[in-house]
Amino acid sequence: MTLIANALVSGLLLAGFYAAVSVGIAISFGMLDVVNIAHPAFIVLGSYLAYFASSWIGLDPIVTALVLSPAFFALGLVLYRLYHSSFERRGRERLRGLAFFFGILFVTEVALILAFGVDYRLVNTRYMDTTWRFGAFDLPLRLFVPFLVSLGMTLSLQAFLSRTFFGRAVLAVAQDELALQLMGVDPVRVKAIAFGISIATAGVAGALLIIIQPVQPSLGREYIGLVFAIPVLGGMGSIPGTLVGATILGVASSFTSTFFGPSWSPAVSFGLLLLALALRPEGLLGKAAR
Amino acid sequence: MSSPRFTALVTGIAALAIVATVAGVRNEYFFSAAYTVLQFVVLASAWNILGGFTGYVNFGSAAFFALGVYSSVFLHNLVQAPIALSIAAGTGVAALVGLGMGYLTLRLRGVFFAIATLAFAQVLLTFVVNWEYVGGARGAYIVLPHGPPPGFRSNGQVLFAIMAVMAAGSLALARWVQTSTMGRGLAAIRDDEVAAECSGVPTLRLKLVSTTLSGGLMGMAGATFPYFLLYVEPGGVFSLSYAVNSIAMPLIGGMHSWAGPLLGALLLGIAQQVLQVTVSADWNLFLVGALLVLFVTVAPEGIMGWTRRRGRAREAPP
Amino acid sequence: MDRNSFAAACRGRAASLLAGVALAACALSAAAQEPLKIGFSMSLTGPLGGNGRAALLAMQMWAEDVNAKGGLLGRQVKLVYYDDQTNPANVPGLYAKLLDVDKVDLIVSSYGTNTIAPAIPIAMQRQMCFMTLFGTNPNAKFKYDRYFQIMPNGPDPAVGLTKGFFDVAMTMDPKPKTVALVGADAEYPHAALEGARTNVKAAGLKIVYDKTYPMSTTDFTPIVRAIQATSPDLVFVASYPPDGAGMVRAVNEVGLKTRQFGGSMIGLQYANIKTQLGPLLNGVVAWEVYAPEPTIKFPGVEQFLTRYQPRAIAQQLDPLGFFLPPYAYAMMQIVGEAVQKVGSLDQAKIAQYIHDHEFSTVVGNVRFAKNGEWAVGRPLYVQYQGIRTNDLEEWKKPGKAVVLYPPEWKSGKLLYPYDEHRK
Repeated sequence: MTLIANALVSGLLLAGFYAAVSVGIAISFGMLDVVNIAHPAFIVLGSYLAYFASSWIGLDPIVTALVLSPAFFALGLVLYRLYHSSFERRGRERLRGLAFFFGILFVTEVALILAFGVDYRLVNTRYMDTTWRFGAFDLPLRLFVPFLVSLGMTLSLQAFLSRTFFGRAVLAVAQDELALQLMGVDPVRVKAIAFGISIATAGVAGALLIIIQPVQPSLGREYIGLVFAIPVLGGMGSIPGTLVGATILGVASSFTSTFFGPSWSPAVSFGLLLLALALRPEGLLGKAAR
Repeated sequence: MSSPRFTALVTGIAALAIVATVAGVRNEYFFSAAYTVLQFVVLASAWNILGGFTGYVNFGSAAFFALGVYSSVFLHNLVQAPIALSIAAGTGVAALVGLGMGYLTLRLRGVFFAIATLAFAQVLLTFVVNWEYVGGARGAYIVLPHGPPPGFRSNGQVLFAIMAVMAAGSLALARWVQTSTMGRGLAAIRDDEVAAECSGVPTLRLKLVSTTLSGGLMGMAGATFPYFLLYVEPGGVFSLSYAVNSIAMPLIGGMHSWAGPLLGALLLGIAQQVLQVTVSADWNLFLVGALLVLFVTVAPEGIMGWTRRRGRAREAPP
Repeated sequence: MDRNSFAAACRGRAASLLAGVALAACALSAAAQEPLKIGFSMSLTGPLGGNGRAALLAMQMWAEDVNAKGGLLGRQVKLVYYDDQTNPANVPGLYAKLLDVDKVDLIVSSYGTNTIAPAIPIAMQRQMCFMTLFGTNPNAKFKYDRYFQIMPNGPDPAVGLTKGFFDVAMTMDPKPKTVALVGADAEYPHAALEGARTNVKAAGLKIVYDKTYPMSTTDFTPIVRAIQATSPDLVFVASYPPDGAGMVRAVNEVGLKTRQFGGSMIGLQYANIKTQLGPLLNGVVAWEVYAPEPTIKFPGVEQFLTRYQPRAIAQQLDPLGFFLPPYAYAMMQIVGEAVQKVGSLDQAKIAQYIHDHEFSTVVGNVRFAKNGEWAVGRPLYVQYQGIRTNDLEEWKKPGKAVVLYPPEWKSGKLLYPYDEHRK
C-alpha cells in the first residue's frame, strides 16, 4: 500500500520535471507550429550554464536559470527571426525548419563540447542531499524543488496566456493569423516573443535537469521523444494539456518501474501515446477542429 | 526515357561500377565508405517515396532499418540463413510494418503522424532491448561461417556489391513511382489530400503502396547491416543519425524527384565520410550541423530546385 | 632572483638545451625513416567521449615518452586516430582507412565493447595483433588468438568483474542470504549482471530482485523502493555514469536498508562524480581499477598520475585519472615493449611475444591468458569510507577508498550493515 502511494508521489514529482522540459514545446510546436527539435539541446545548454555558475561562484542552479532567462528569451527571439525570414515567409516551412533545427542541435552540442568538454557534469546544492520524511512517505528535495519550480513556471505561463492581452494574442496566432493582423497586431512579433518564452523555459528546465541527473553534451537527444510526446498526448497547444500529458507519462513510468520492471517503461509510455493518437488524434485536451 | 529503359540503364551502370571496383580497387576503405554512402542512398530514397512524394514525415526511419537488422540477426541465429534470405525477410517484415503504418495515415495527418512514427521507434527499441534471442541490450555477434564467395576478395566487397545493386534498385523504384500515374496521385495527396480524395484519387490505396515500399526499402538497407558490422547492439541500430540523415538528405537534394535523395545522400554522405577522417571530432559534427542549416536556408528547394531555378533564369529572355 | 633559483634555472636551461640537442639528433636519425604509425579509433564525442579523451591523453603521453627515448625500432612513433563518435557503425570504415590508406603499422582499440567488437573482424582479416581497451569479452565469439585486453578482470571477465563483491559479502557475520540485482539496459551492465548471477549461484545466495532499467531513466526512487520491498541482504548494481549517480542518490533518499550496497558501477571512478556525490558514497562497495591506497603501489603509476593530472585539468578531462588513463598507458607500454623486443613489425611474433611474457607496467605486472584477458584478474572492490566533503583533494588521500578485494591488496575492513554506515 505504501508502495503504491510512494509510486504515485514519485510519478507526480517526475511529472513536474517532465512538464518543465516539454512546456516549451507546447508553445513552439503546439501554438506556433515550429518543429523545434533543438529544444532539448537548449535545455542541456541551460544545464551547463547552471553548472558553470555553480562551480564558479556557487550560485544555485535555479537562481542562475532565473537570472539568465532574459538571455534565453533573447536567443529565442533571434532564432525565430532567422527561422521566419528563411522559412516561414516562403511557405512549406515545417519540414525544412525541422532540418534547420537538427542543424542547430548539432551546432549547440559542438559549442558545449568546446566550452565544457565531453565529461558528465553535475552540481551540488544544499537541498539536494535532503529528504523530507512523512511516516512511510519520503520526499527527496532533489525532485521536489524542481517539481515546485516547474509547477510555478507552467501555472504562471498559463495565467499569462489566458489573462493578458499579449497571451491571448499568442493563442490567437495559433488559430487565425489573419484575424490578428486585421486587429493591428504584428503576428511575427507575437510569434517571436512566444518563441522567446519557449526557449526561456528550456533554460529553466536545464537547471532542473542538472539538479536531477548528470549531463553531457549529447544528452538532449534522449529527450527528443519525450518532449514531443507529452504535448501531443495532452493536446497540442494547451498548457493544462501538457500538465495532463506529463502526469500520465510520469505516473505510468513510476508504476511500471515499481511493479513490472523499469525496462518496459518506455514501451508503456510511448505505447500509451500511440494508443492515444489512434483513439483521439487531437490529444486528450486538444480541440477537435485542427 | 521510359521506365524499363531507365531501369536497365541504372542496373547496367551499377553492374559496371561493381565489376570495375571489385576487379580494380584493392583499398578496403573504399568499400566500407562506399557501402555507408550507398546505404544512405537507399534510406534517403526510401524516405522520400513517402515523405517527399506524399508529404507524410516519417521520423522513425531507424525503426524500419532496425526491423531489417533484427530480421537478419534472428534468421542468422536460427538457421545461419544466407544473406539473400535475410534480405528478403528483412524487406518483407519492414514492408508489412510499413503497410500497418499506412493505415495509421487514415487517422493521423501531418505532425501527428510524425510523432506516431517516433513513438513506434521507441516502442520497438524497448522490445529489442528486452528480446534476449537477438542479443537484447548486450548486442548480437554475427560470425560468418565461410569466407567471401569466389570472385570477391573480401566480405566488404560482397556487401558493397549488394548495396550498390540495392541502391540502383531503390532509385529505379523511386523513379518509377514518381513518373507513373501513381506519382501524380501522390503529388495530389501532398498538395491537398482532401481535394485529391474528392477528385477521385484513391488516396488510401496510394498511401498504402507508398508506406509499404518506403518501409520495405529501409528494411532492405538494414538487413545487410549485421553482416557489415558483425556486431550489432540496439544503441547503434536506433541511432539518431538514421532518422536525421534520411530526412536531411532528401531535403538537401530536393524532395520532388527521385534524383534529389541521390544527390543529397552523395553530398552529405561523402561529406560525413571525409570530415570524419580529416577534421577533428568537434568540427566534424559542427560542419554537418552548419551544412544542414546553410542548405535549408540558402537552397530551400534543395539542389534540384536550385539548379532548376537557375536553369529557368537563364532560359528566360532578358 | 636568489642564487639557488638562479642555479636551478641554469640547470633547467642546460637540461632543456641538452634535450633539444637530443631531440634534434633523434629528428635527424628519424628523418631518414618514416615514423612508426599506430592507428586506432577513439570515442572523442558522444556518451563515452569523456573517457575516450582521457585515454587518448594517456596514449599521447606514452608516445611522447617513447619518442623522447628514441622511438620504437629506431623510428619515431606517430599516433593516427579518428573519432568514432561512440557509434559502432563508424568503426569498420575507420579501421579500413587506417590500414589501407594511412598504412599504419600497428592497431589498438577504441574504448569499450561496443566499439571494440566491430573492429575485431577487421583485425582478424588482416591478421593484426589487436590490443584493446576495456571491452567485456567481445572476443568470446570470434576467438581471435591475437586479441588482448587490458581491463584487469581475469580470464572470465564478466565473472571476474563481479566476484569480488560477493566474496566480500560472504565475509559478513551472519552470512547474507538474499540479493537484489539491478542494472542498465546496455552492453556492459548486462554482461556484469550475467557474471553476477554466476557468482550468486556459486555463493548459494537467493535472488529476490533481478531487473534492468532503460538508459533514459530519470528518476530511480521507484526502482529503489521496489528493491526495498524485497528486503534483500545485498544490492548489486551494474551501471553507467548517469544512472549510477542516480541510483546512489535514490538509495540515500529512500533510505535503503540493506547490509551491503554497491556493484560494478562505471562512473564512480570519475573525479567529477566522486566529488559531486561526496559523502553520499560512504559505505558503497564499488568496483575500481586503481585507488591511492598504501597496498596499491604499481611501479610508476604515481609519477604517471602526477604528470597526467595537470594536463587533464588543462584539457577539462578527468582530473584524477584513476580509471582509464593508467590502463591506456599500460596497454601502449605492452605493445611498445613487444615490438621493441621482437625487433620487427611481424604481427604473429608480436602476438606470440605478448602471449609468452610478463610485462611490468604502470598498472603492475601483467600476464595474458590464452583468450587475451589477464591470466590472473585483479578487479578491486573498495568501500568508500569517511568522506566528509565534496572536495577533490579528499579522494587523493589514502583511506577513502579502502580496498577489500582481492585479499592480497586489502587495505582495510568492511563496515556493515550499509544503512548504519551510510553517513
